[in-house]
Amino acid sequence: MHIEIDEISKQFGTTAALSPVSLSIPSGALVALLGPSGSGKTTLLRILGGLEFPTSGRVLFDAQDATGLTVQERRAGFVFQSYALFRHMTVFENIAYGLNARPRASRPPKAEIARRVTKLLDLIQLPDIGSRYPSQLSGGQRQRVALARALAIEPRMLLLDEPFGALDAKVRKELRQGLREIHDETGLTTVFVTHDQDEAMELADMVVVMSMGRIEQIGKPSEIRARPASTFVREFIGV
Amino acid sequence: MSDTTAHKFRSARDEAPLARYALIAFAVIGVGVLVAAPLLAVFVEALADGAAAAVASLGNRDAASAIKLTLLIAAIAVPLNALFGVAAAWFITKFDFRGKAFLITLIDLPFSVSPVVAGLCIVLMFGTNSLVGGWLVASGYPVVFALPGIVLATMFVTFPFVARELIPVMVEQGRAEEEAALTLGASGFRVFWTVTLPNIRWALLYGVLLSNARAMGEFGAVAVVSGKIRGETATMPITIEMLYNEYLSVAAFSMAAVLTLLALVTLMLKTALEVRHADQLAANHRH
Repeated sequence: MHIEIDEISKQFGTTAALSPVSLSIPSGALVALLGPSGSGKTTLLRILGGLEFPTSGRVLFDAQDATGLTVQERRAGFVFQSYALFRHMTVFENIAYGLNARPRASRPPKAEIARRVTKLLDLIQLPDIGSRYPSQLSGGQRQRVALARALAIEPRMLLLDEPFGALDAKVRKELRQGLREIHDETGLTTVFVTHDQDEAMELADMVVVMSMGRIEQIGKPSEIRARPASTFVREFIGV
Repeated sequence: MSDTTAHKFRSARDEAPLARYALIAFAVIGVGVLVAAPLLAVFVEALADGAAAAVASLGNRDAASAIKLTLLIAAIAVPLNALFGVAAAWFITKFDFRGKAFLITLIDLPFSVSPVVAGLCIVLMFGTNSLVGGWLVASGYPVVFALPGIVLATMFVTFPFVARELIPVMVEQGRAEEEAALTLGASGFRVFWTVTLPNIRWALLYGVLLSNARAMGEFGAVAVVSGKIRGETATMPITIEMLYNEYLSVAAFSMAAVLTLLALVTLMLKTALEVRHADQLAANHRH
């Protein structure tokens, strides 16, 4: 799905989290929103997911105005920073949650839900953990379960907030590859937020460098490396 | 480690033996004198003339009415307060708005206002001399000196318990799980029912039990609004006081023993639930 961000701004009280920003994300792209904390990248991601509403501007999904769509209507697969797995549910129940939450008419039968959950557990390469609770999983496993849970609703796009932030360096490398593979397999337009420039450069097709609620530069990793558009970008990516 | 080494190192958190024993003794004496002994005394006094006399004193009409009334009040006030408490805690922790600190203070108000003053407020609001009260009495629904007044007084006094238990738990858990459920397509109601409520159930249970214990035991506020009509508006604590003032000590202490037992049952219920669901509790905390 093609995502168009048209002059979006966001005020929290008197502070501006986003000055009007515009961004066009082609269908099927893997995009990194890169910036230090307070740069507005998470706010922008939450606006895309419908968890936050812009003060002004529009969001378009496939050229249709989606600004007023509720979080449920957006059907965005969202992976939260600390994964936000439901702690009182098993992994299976976590992944099945979105399917069970559908209105009766469009809810798949039980057997079909079980089949899909099993398939997703295979996709994240953790076929045997369905009956465990989140507290019994490692950080990397939690992240993959969160990803499977987001994919279960057959989302129109995938939004990830610092998906690797809480992991150690080795697991981080593995999971980057995992996300790339899942992205390529599903073909979903994917936006992830990160403050780690290596991660952004290595994983994304397109990097959006942000600072103080503004977009500093948009481009392929190689372009940004070769031609940083501002002093900020040059210093932040360290070239 | 200290077991295998020759030197005896003391861990940073260990006290010197003397200090340790002194603290333990202090705690045991404190609990003994302040909690255990008075509780025991209640039962000893109740059984002073034998068990038969104690049971007989509970058998009359007024005593039975008091017990029934107290249970009825708790049965009305506690669920309503649980509902209000959950709503208030939900509102305070899941939304940002102006005047939040003021609302929290307001919820705490019943803790700092004397129950007698609370009772008086209800009499002033709903007494025959007030506008609302006069109208209610004329319509045949008296509040003061009747069940509604006692329930209101009890609810006022026990209002903070549930919200106070829930707010810290809900603040600590944050909003991420709720937001995750929303992005997965769940309606607000479904989110509350399948995510919020299961996450707060232990705190809620604890708040309800505290609130229940206090509701059954409340004296001051109820004493003012009830009018202490024997067999009608006299709750258990009120009846205990009246019996005691009439030097009917066996009857007074028997009633007190029943009230104590009700409280003990609630506590045992809580412990039993905790033991039974220990694994879930642990899962809740470890995550």
